[in-house]
Amino acid sequence: MALVDRLAKSLDGAPVLLTSVDALIDWSLGHSLWAMPMGTACCAMELIAASFSKFDFDRHGTFPRPDPRHVDVMVMAGTITRKMQPAIKRLYEQMPDPKFVVAMGNCAISGGIFFYDSYSVVRGVDEFLPVDVYIAGCPPRPESLQDGVLQLRELLATRSIDPAKRYPKELLLPTPSDERRGEAKPAEGEDGEPA
Amino acid sequence: MKIEELREHLCERHPDLCPLFSLEFGDGILVVDAEKLHDAASDLCDLGFDLLGWCTAVDRGTFFEMVYRLRSRTMQVGMFLKCQVPRESPSIASLTDLWPAANWHEREVYDLFGITFEGHPDLRRMFLPDDWPGHPLRKDYADDRMIRRPDYF
Amino acid sequence: MLEIENRETITCEDGRQAEELVLNVGPSHPSTHGVCRVIAHLDGEVVTKAEPVIGYLHRGIEKMAENRTYLQVIPLTDRLDYVGSMYANWAYCRALERLAGMLVPERGEYLRVITCELQRIASHMMSLGSTGADTGAFTLFVYAFDVRERVVELFERLCGSRLTYNFVRPGGVSRDMPDDGWTDDVRAFVKGLPKQLAEMDSLFFANVIAKGRLKGVGVLDPEKAVALGATGPVARGSGVDWDLRRDDAYSLYPRFEFDVPLGSNGDAYDRARVRLFECYESARILEQALDQIPDGAVVDETLPRLITPRVGEAYDHIESARGSLGVFLVSDGGPKPYRMKVRSPAFCNLSLLSELAPGHTLSDLIVILGSLDPVFGEVDR
Repeated sequence: MALVDRLAKSLDGAPVLLTSVDALIDWSLGHSLWAMPMGTACCAMELIAASFSKFDFDRHGTFPRPDPRHVDVMVMAGTITRKMQPAIKRLYEQMPDPKFVVAMGNCAISGGIFFYDSYSVVRGVDEFLPVDVYIAGCPPRPESLQDGVLQLRELLATRSIDPAKRYPKELLLPTPSDERRGEAKPAEGEDGEPA
Repeated sequence: MKIEELREHLCERHPDLCPLFSLEFGDGILVVDAEKLHDAASDLCDLGFDLLGWCTAVDRGTFFEMVYRLRSRTMQVGMFLKCQVPRESPSIASLTDLWPAANWHEREVYDLFGITFEGHPDLRRMFLPDDWPGHPLRKDYADDRMIRRPDYF
Repeated sequence: MLEIENRETITCEDGRQAEELVLNVGPSHPSTHGVCRVIAHLDGEVVTKAEPVIGYLHRGIEKMAENRTYLQVIPLTDRLDYVGSMYANWAYCRALERLAGMLVPERGEYLRVITCELQRIASHMMSLGSTGADTGAFTLFVYAFDVRERVVELFERLCGSRLTYNFVRPGGVSRDMPDDGWTDDVRAFVKGLPKQLAEMDSLFFANVIAKGRLKGVGVLDPEKAVALGATGPVARGSGVDWDLRRDDAYSLYPRFEFDVPLGSNGDAYDRARVRLFECYESARILEQALDQIPDGAVVDETLPRLITPRVGEAYDHIESARGSLGVFLVSDGGPKPYRMKVRSPAFCNLSLLSELAPGHTLSDLIVILGSLDPVFGEVDR
């Protein structure tokens, strides 16, 4: 980064931008998060509603793409059963790096209403996948889902595809949720590295 | 047609089934022996009960109770057909030859209760994976992955 | 065992022998309307055998209900048919009222009818929209979702939730209509609905491409529909004149004037169009119900908090957007149900898939599956 900064200073005023490939990818990643709608149950309805005209998910560059090979983020919406678990794990493994998981709804967080007494429900997607953002609700409103994806973008702005690199918080671009909250929340811990 | 008329109709046509017919909460209930289930069902099928709504089992502790819900479109009346199945090696005749709709319902009962249906064309587990241990809707089903909800009320 | 390894030999036109292709559709596939897996055996592009494999959303709600009190079961019934939550609420409450001998105030019963007819419109819009999406006409989905979103908004103002309402309670409903002009907004919505439906009808059902994709696909004859236990728009699309609202005359439906739309050919086109026409009838019922609704209480306030019905069993059913939805309750006299069984119409309708699909191409398999309108929360329970 320092090299890039120095180069940019020396070329001050010239209509040239020099950057490394990883910096470019890091910058662009948050702006077009293609989401895989992994909707299994009720939350899938709100996931569909979020991408339709009233809520219009596309304006954040988040586009539903039901193909694991083309997506950056898996929106895990709905209850996970023991029969479904291997299929979800396999779809996650098919996603290209860097990949992220958003757990939408109480079922994907902890099993929610099906936590007790159910013999076939897996209690949360984090039992077998690394989760970046949790969105509570049963089901969450489409606005909550949008807020969750914006938080994921904030999180991505501190990360790099280079595991050894991490951006300081001052370099973060302001996102809509920053203005609303006053100041940005500290980036989530060191353990959230995508697998 | 009212349930009382159905009872009269049934007594007229099938006197042997009539004493087994009772009423509870406004529904006609016919309780037969497990061996006579298929005969009674085919009589009712002839009588005009053309729809098998569903069938299920109830775990009564010492035995399973099979419950079939029948409905007639011509008579505008519904009724239950019941029989008891022993808990040890539960098995009963399949009704898929009378009502093809029974196919998936019987598979479901097989999956969740472990009752086998003789003469069923395709008896496999319906919901759970093939290697699932036990039959969850039995009252004595035990699964260490299941957390029992504490009694708060 | 699943029929994956069991491939049959087919003879090609030039006499060569070949093995049929087994294609696994799902369990996570954008066109299966949920987590359904269909094992399709293909001869070229033609389906020779299609076998739905379900249970990917089997959450064991019937087992869970055995360890909940009667009131605590209602939120579970919301999650059965998540496209139309009101129906499972109502069917469960009707069975419980029959078991415990409860009475419902008239206003409460009217509110149940109003919400369930609104729900029918919302649910059919989802189904119609996905029919459009399955056949490549995504425009219809946008139009239909616009209507659905307006109904969902009305529900949110009524009971505070967009999807899982928990609105119908034993002995009535959870709350009265809000007095912020909700009734007028429902009236305005119902008044404008026929125009929107007519627009969708001319946009999609009059379209030659939609006719080409839907007509003659998945023809179900009425005898087979009755024998295999199909109900609701799937059976009515084949001309089976069977609607519990009219034929069983439960609740207040004898007071309203409405028709039961029927199809004639029993193909995917008729099934989808029956759903569209049912929305017109729901609008008619809604208008009459809003005119007739009396003042008074919406729930029987004298009911105890902990319902302990007598020993026995009860079954009751209603006509949901997918067919006859029933709940069978067995009580042992305690505060929890001894056994709850849900007769789900989507489960019975889905069993038709393996009958309807053979002989059609793979793209038609998706259309047939969509025309059966399964909701997997209800299929798998």
